[in-house]
Amino acid sequence: MNRKAEVKNLNFSYSHSALVLKSVSLPIFENKITALIGPSGCGKTTLLRCFNRMHDLYGNVKYDGSILLLPDQVNILSTDIDPIEVRMKIGMVFQKPNPFPKSIYENIAYGLRIRGIKKKSYIDEKVEDSLKMAGLWQEVSDRLHTGANSLSGGQQQRLCIARALATEPDILLLDEPTSALDPISTAHIEELVASLKKKVTILMVTHNLHQAARTADYTAFMYLGELIEFGESSQIFTNPKEQKTENYITGRFG
Amino acid sequence: MIVALVILLSLIIDMAMTGMPRISSHFFTSFPSRFPERAGILSAWVGSFCVVLVTALMAIPLGIASGIYLEEYAPKNIFTKIIEINILNLAGIPSITFGLMALGIFVYRFGLGQTIITAGMTLGLLVLPIIIVTTREAIRTIPSHIREASYSLGATKWQTIWNHILPYSSGGIMTGVVIALSRAIGETAPLITVGALTFIAFLPTAPVSDIAPYLSMKWLTDPYTVMPIQMFNWVSRPQEEFHINAAAAGLVLLTMTLLLNAVAIYIRYRFRKKYKW
Repeated sequence: MNRKAEVKNLNFSYSHSALVLKSVSLPIFENKITALIGPSGCGKTTLLRCFNRMHDLYGNVKYDGSILLLPDQVNILSTDIDPIEVRMKIGMVFQKPNPFPKSIYENIAYGLRIRGIKKKSYIDEKVEDSLKMAGLWQEVSDRLHTGANSLSGGQQQRLCIARALATEPDILLLDEPTSALDPISTAHIEELVASLKKKVTILMVTHNLHQAARTADYTAFMYLGELIEFGESSQIFTNPKEQKTENYITGRFG
Repeated sequence: MIVALVILLSLIIDMAMTGMPRISSHFFTSFPSRFPERAGILSAWVGSFCVVLVTALMAIPLGIASGIYLEEYAPKNIFTKIIEINILNLAGIPSITFGLMALGIFVYRFGLGQTIITAGMTLGLLVLPIIIVTTREAIRTIPSHIREASYSLGATKWQTIWNHILPYSSGGIMTGVVIALSRAIGETAPLITVGALTFIAFLPTAPVSDIAPYLSMKWLTDPYTVMPIQMFNWVSRPQEEFHINAAAAGLVLLTMTLLLNAVAIYIRYRFRKKYKW
């Protein structure tokens, strides 16, 4: 099994306050879905946002340890690495659908445009491909130039996935992608995510244990900033090794 | 509140009734004159237009750029905090203070004299805080998840500002700009201190001409008058007939200001509909 990334002894804190992530280490396998689960405030979203250096936007943060992107062994947390370079390679989809208030087409084209791509035929093709991958093409192919805000919540979230896919990221980060959606849209997104792993490595934060069990190949359980257990989802959900994991997945706390 | 509105409204109606008979195309195309029925506001509205043009050219780029800098780039420390508080204070100080400062700096120190460029820059400084404050407020209304969407795709800070933050906040920024310019049009006190003339029977040099180099910036250094000063001049004359002229000029000025404010409201409405989160 190929590893796409490797988190090694990662400590993270905001300026000089207490550690939010404490010595987290885990592998991310290529073309697999890895889910991060745990109660609110356990640091799972914080860990996810380390992968594209989102924390850097808000000033004083301290990374310690490394996230190596394989096979190049580049530590994306290193201060010599420009966060923009990292974000060029690692896409993200957020909790709440956040399309730009522009047309559907422009939403997807934006990532390509900022990479300096100007050729219209190439962009057209990419827009179509990404929308097809996100399972949205049939619904919107006749109104690519209408505003993205006219779409339903579930469609908007698939648009955001298409937007992230258009630039062919190495890893796709999903931050509770279905928490703001209804059950039908959620089912759509889950199917979509499962189908995407052929193309891209996925790291997903979720509050929903069933969702992790259904879609993820690997699951990491976090608690109070520490990684308690990591393993194949089937093992984590049926036969956890740690008492805390068992307590959490059986609903005794969290 | 209602009493104040009724009084204001009756004053406006009184002014409109007094001034209305004087309003004709002749009124807009004539220079001031010592015969009230022949006098017009040509030099005044052309002067107002030129001065506000200079104000706009100076205050809009500087104001928007300052707003962006303070909101997006400036480090959050005690120094920027002091600047912020001072900008808010500047928006509230009496306008004549700006006039006195401009008299010292532009007229005497820079030797620009009693010219359109002095007046435009004076009013530019006066409305600069309004533009800075409204720009910052407009930028602040853009939710952080839109910024994060842009950054997560690999956009730089400037790309995020230029492609997203500025377009989505342009409604608020433009509203602030229009409000600022309508304030500049009605301002009198600082222009009296920097030496607007009250009786001008000629126009500034035309910016284009048929002799090389065809474009001329000489109008910037011409003397001028503006609408409120023309009005002030007429009001202060003893003859009753001039008071009619003053009322008519007031009516024109009021209509211009109301129109600009209507434009501002319309822009805000349009952009509210266009950009929803």
